[in-house]
Amino acid sequence: MSSSLALPATPLSNEQADAVARLTQDLDARGLWWLSGYAAGLASREAQPAPPLAAPVRGETATPGRISIVYGSQTGNARRVAEQLAADAESAGLGVRLLRADEYPTRELKHERHLYLVLSTQGDGDPSDDARDLHDFLLGPRAPRLEHLHFAVLGLGDSSYPQFCVVGQRIDARLAELGAQRVLPRGDADLDIDGVAAPWRAHAVAAAKDVLKPSATVTPLRPQPAQAAPAFGRERPFQAELLVNQRITATASGKDVRHVELSLDDAQFAYEPGDALGVWPRNPDALVATVLDTLGLDGDAEVAHDGVALPLRVWLGEKRELTKLSRPFIASHAQHARSDELNRLLAPEHAERFATLLAEQQVVDLLQRFDGGWSAEELVAALRPLTPRLYSIASSRKAVGDEAHLTVAHVEYEHGGQTRWGAASHFLAARDGGARVPVFLESNDRFRLPADASRDIVMIGPGTGVAPFRAFVQERAALRSAATGRSGRNWLFFGNPHFRSDFLYQLEWQRALKNGTLDRIDLAFSRDVSRDAARKVYVQDRIRERGAELDAWLRNGAHLYVCGGIAMARDVHAALLDVVAAGNGGDRDAAEAFLRELQQQRRYAKDVY
Amino acid sequence: MSTASVESIKADSRRLRGSLLQSLADPVTGSLREDDQTLIKYHGSYQQDDRDARETRRTAKLEPAYSFMIRTRTPGGVVTPQQWLRLDAIATTYAERGLRITTRQAFQFHGVIKTELKATMRAINAALVDTLAACGDVNRNVVVAANPLVSRTHAQVHAQAAALSEHLLPNTRAYYEIWLDEERVAGSGEEAEPIYGDRYLPRKFKIGFAIPPTNDVDVFAQDLGFVAILDAAGALLGYNVAVGGGMGATHGDAETYPRLASTIGFVEPRHVTAVAEAVVTAQRDYGNRDVRKRARLKYTIDDRGLDWFKSEVERRAGFSLLPARPFAFVHNGDRFGWSEGEDGRQHLTLRIPAGRIVDGRLDGRGEDLRHLSGLRAIAALLDARPDESADAEFRMTPNQNLVIAGVAPTLRAQVDALVAEHGLDGWRRASPLRRNALACVALPTCGLAMAEAERYLPDFVAAVETLLARHALQDAPIHLRISGCPNGCSRPYLGEIALVGKAPGRYNLMLGADHRGQRLNALYRENIDEAQILAALDPLFADYAREREHGEGFGDYLLRSGVVAIPDRDRRDTAPFPSIPIEIVAESLA
Repeated sequence: MSSSLALPATPLSNEQADAVARLTQDLDARGLWWLSGYAAGLASREAQPAPPLAAPVRGETATPGRISIVYGSQTGNARRVAEQLAADAESAGLGVRLLRADEYPTRELKHERHLYLVLSTQGDGDPSDDARDLHDFLLGPRAPRLEHLHFAVLGLGDSSYPQFCVVGQRIDARLAELGAQRVLPRGDADLDIDGVAAPWRAHAVAAAKDVLKPSATVTPLRPQPAQAAPAFGRERPFQAELLVNQRITATASGKDVRHVELSLDDAQFAYEPGDALGVWPRNPDALVATVLDTLGLDGDAEVAHDGVALPLRVWLGEKRELTKLSRPFIASHAQHARSDELNRLLAPEHAERFATLLAEQQVVDLLQRFDGGWSAEELVAALRPLTPRLYSIASSRKAVGDEAHLTVAHVEYEHGGQTRWGAASHFLAARDGGARVPVFLESNDRFRLPADASRDIVMIGPGTGVAPFRAFVQERAALRSAATGRSGRNWLFFGNPHFRSDFLYQLEWQRALKNGTLDRIDLAFSRDVSRDAARKVYVQDRIRERGAELDAWLRNGAHLYVCGGIAMARDVHAALLDVVAAGNGGDRDAAEAFLRELQQQRRYAKDVY
Repeated sequence: MSTASVESIKADSRRLRGSLLQSLADPVTGSLREDDQTLIKYHGSYQQDDRDARETRRTAKLEPAYSFMIRTRTPGGVVTPQQWLRLDAIATTYAERGLRITTRQAFQFHGVIKTELKATMRAINAALVDTLAACGDVNRNVVVAANPLVSRTHAQVHAQAAALSEHLLPNTRAYYEIWLDEERVAGSGEEAEPIYGDRYLPRKFKIGFAIPPTNDVDVFAQDLGFVAILDAAGALLGYNVAVGGGMGATHGDAETYPRLASTIGFVEPRHVTAVAEAVVTAQRDYGNRDVRKRARLKYTIDDRGLDWFKSEVERRAGFSLLPARPFAFVHNGDRFGWSEGEDGRQHLTLRIPAGRIVDGRLDGRGEDLRHLSGLRAIAALLDARPDESADAEFRMTPNQNLVIAGVAPTLRAQVDALVAEHGLDGWRRASPLRRNALACVALPTCGLAMAEAERYLPDFVAAVETLLARHALQDAPIHLRISGCPNGCSRPYLGEIALVGKAPGRYNLMLGADHRGQRLNALYRENIDEAQILAALDPLFADYAREREHGEGFGDYLLRSGVVAIPDRDRRDTAPFPSIPIEIVAESLA
């Protein structure tokens, strides 16, 4: 789906505009892109250049009567809010351009008149990857004075972290410092996003109307943008049939990793390698029963919340998070349980212990450990809404057709004599063939194979991070057989605890090496230390070992991809710095600059969680 | 693999080096490259995989659970207590499934993973044991009678066997370069192999030394057998030489069959090496390299004639063989418990079921055993008392059992205590059937197995014991052997009752060998399951109980009563010769 809708002043007559509006009403993103190319092709046959119809406007100054909506999104939430805001603004007759933060041309900033920013905060106060450059630019010395700018910021974050919504705060403060004018107070949305985002959006649209006073003669090209949305999406998931649920770690392994194959027949899921599938889980009946039992509540009792009435059991099973704790809930429960201990944990000086609690315990553990009564209504109101989980797709449509494959680590462990599970991973792991799984497509066009098939690629994906690289290799294998030019080489770095039991997709990688669709593989099995070795070996160690060759690949134009855990990505980044620095005579600053440049050129992409 | 490809792998291997180093270094697979899988046999190892897990792993997109079996070269199965302790430590550190005693008096380690293969080989060599030529188309581990009654003669024969084993080792330095990191020297890769040439032998070659009246080595199952001939005082006069024995066969292929060795003469001890080299080189030059299933010496002899072969051997040796001397075998099983040698040293023969020494419950089945730690304790005891244990040895028997030999009388009580404490005295309570039963390894590690053998032995023995008891035959010393496939590593064709695996849970039932290793058995029923096997044996036991003559073995009875017919070519009955047993048997403790 296009992430940038630019609507310049139209050269069409009203009749032509109507005709175009009718034509484009039923087109989805692919159709629109095709149409733009078609029109551009027609146009190029004439001597006059013309601006493309549906491409983002570049090199053109910000249009006075139009708002720019810029988002920085890691898992798609901020993007969604920004899209909703864009839709609301258009409905209100406003001109809108919607841009991802890394697509916003910063040199236009000084000409910008009305800017809304929707920015998410990651982890401990970091901007999302796509907003890093804009964030650094705004906070840095080259940011221009912005006395003519009206703005507002909506931040998204997770109050479980100490630096809640700090990125939004920083940008909001900085813009004011640069002389810009705030049209409404900053919003800080917690995990229950809509509670804050919906009113903020409404105010934002009202404020924009006040300032810009939209003309009644402007006819938007797409009068009902919201209705042309694709049939399936996050709020209306597709019920995909489960074809395969296969454990791909050996019985002896400490990990239970599943290879899942879902049928996407008839669902128009035109995914690309690098995209993710969102999965809506349901909490296991056993867990719901335990919660009801612990609190002494009746699962059949009907509870109304926000205009929806459902049995409590259904709220808990399908609508509320029961596996992940959140700060607001812990704070509430501290009240209900009148627990000094819990209250103490919430204090800033106990941040580390609090983080441990969040990492190790689930809602039910808290309820069991600290006795506190809840009414059904209170519980439904206090628990976070259930969120879908995203899994990088492990297949290419060119290889598997109307299917999507996933690599899922089934989170299952014992705690206090009871079994605890990860919500989506257990949901998937417990399903048999034929079951239906609610899914939607979450594109990630920051994680794409190079458009130029002759480029080399380096893929760093330990554990289940290997998933998108299975898609990459499948895709390139299919392209290779069709291609005539030189095909780029593929290099995979993989790691996991044990060679014998955790080498995910081993047979497929062996086959790929044999038939040339994978050129190099480097492996690190951390628990398989030889008896003489002093320490464990990880992918970052292999990266350093292969430093010279890796450096050569990068300097020759290779694209670099990292997928997996955040901590691993940090360690890998450090290793890459070492490698580049070793190659340039030890200049770490130059190495940092080089990697940053790679990122900007979209040659260093990360999919981390 | 075709014959042509095995022959060319050998010829192209640069004296058994192949690409082993690269194969060992490849981190993407636990397997060696295909050619190297053939070559590593010569280094004493087989690549295997856990067959129990094959299918699960395949659907999990994982390669088979590859591992390596390593087999020692231990002529006559002799190791010192110190070596035992080292090998025990290797089994505990690098291997799975404990220590395995083979039917050729070697140790086998199973479950060694590729990344630890070199370390394991180095550790074995550090124990002053090697694994050279334990497998492959070369002379294998030389077997020597383990239950001798005359210590001095045993020592002499063993020394000859050990020397012969050394003499027949391949000359290549590949083994030392690859496993022990020794330097490559000039000529490396093209070492002269005066005995083997550059393509080694057409197939495996097995040599055994028997000391009558015991035929525990099953000397007539060897390619080359030496039967020690003793004078009245028990001194070694020389050896009868027998050639062309071999167990292997292929189901349903009449071109393959077991054969007993044919005696071709007698030699004095000083001529053993020359005769052996003559036999080996004759087989090297005339053995069938076109059709691998017909490559063993037994087929060379049957194809070209025994007389021809004998003259060829004499020509190469440079002397004529003397006429064969008479001898008599009484038994090819082991004699359990204590026996005393002529020098007062004590020897204790323990039964090790299927030769497998473990602690715990292997594969979660059976009893919770303590045999591995028990033998470790005994070795440690002997090792701690060097003055009394100068001659102490652990001797593996060709029947998969273990002799703790050369124990000083002062240590006997302590050894007994350790044996009892660790449950190693099972032989006391075991029926003769159970005591004499043999089984090859088969599943889960052997790639050739068609049916279970070692893992099935306890249950099948129990079932047969029950059947025997019904006919009051529980003390009948019947020799039972189970093989997982017709290659016959447990020498099934010499069993009074034998099961040869054909498919999971199904076997050929063979009957009618003797208990001396001098008569092959015959196929009685084909491709049957346990119920059918027991149903077939039941009436035979009934008849045997009723009609046997005093002291007549079950196999002999079946022959006499016409249940089986064994052709002359499958019999090596020798005329009875009054042996002068010099033995003092003391099976019970004071």
